[in-house]
Amino acid sequence: MKAKVYVTIKENVLDPQGVAVQGALHTLGFAEVEKVRIGKYLEIDLNTASRAEAEAQVKEMSEKLLANTVVEDYRIELED
Amino acid sequence: MKFAVLVFPGSNCDIDCYKAVKEIGADVEYVWHTATDLSSFDAILVPGGFSYGDYLRCGAVARFANVMNEVVKAAEQGKYVLGICNGFQILTEANLLPGALIRNNGLKFRCHQAPLEVVNNENPFTREYAKGEVINIPIAHGEGNYYCDEATLTELQANNQIIFRYAADSNPNGSIDNIAGISNKAGNVVGMMPHPERAMSEILGSADGKRMFTSILNAWREQHGTTING
Repeated sequence: MKAKVYVTIKENVLDPQGVAVQGALHTLGFAEVEKVRIGKYLEIDLNTASRAEAEAQVKEMSEKLLANTVVEDYRIELED
Repeated sequence: MKFAVLVFPGSNCDIDCYKAVKEIGADVEYVWHTATDLSSFDAILVPGGFSYGDYLRCGAVARFANVMNEVVKAAEQGKYVLGICNGFQILTEANLLPGALIRNNGLKFRCHQAPLEVVNNENPFTREYAKGEVINIPIAHGEGNYYCDEATLTELQANNQIIFRYAADSNPNGSIDNIAGISNKAGNVVGMMPHPERAMSEILGSADGKRMFTSILNAWREQHGTTING
């Protein structure tokens, strides 16, 4: 089982890197860019066949370590 | 009284902290991150640096080092815990302090002297400063932008947990309410981004950090009924 975890900065928290990249895209002429948010992407290989177990484990990992839920959100995708 | 200076792989202000404590004439020992006993120490300093390379998030990995279980115990016992810079980030990751430290709003690593307002001096860490006094303490960080939600901020203000603010519109990183340092509710755990251990001598720009260490020492001595040296 493979888990993909996307960690992003919460909507109400400023993302200075995203703002800087947005500015750079505007400079490049991509005037249609309205917002950029930068996050992290993690791939985790799990030695389990149970989807439910994998989901519970990765959720716990995300809460404990992968994301700081004070300022970040996370989203999990599982692949067989 | 005995201070511990924790050392994680990637700590780089541990020697400065050690020497700052020596300078005020107290006992101090380095404690490696694998240690499982802090019972012989009265105050724990969590120094600055880049513990575990700041991988994932600043302080995120250090927070799970063995010694951190002991820091949590020490904090519960009312011992003094001071996290400086990366140490502050570790203490927020460990939930010993509320909120989080995020990227500076200007994206720049800011490294310079910073004027700080002493907001709360009724605390073991700041009792030798005057309330409202502006002191000169250097900062050196890229992720020192203190963030917490509105409810937490209201609580920090109501409980007098804001210890230092960046003074006179000098906020270097975008931190909420100009916060530079906070305490926990009980007041025995403090985290701050500026480096008092780098402000121990006028020759190096400021000696304003020294009173932070003497505050801790004298607060402990008063609590334990020993002589206070001026």
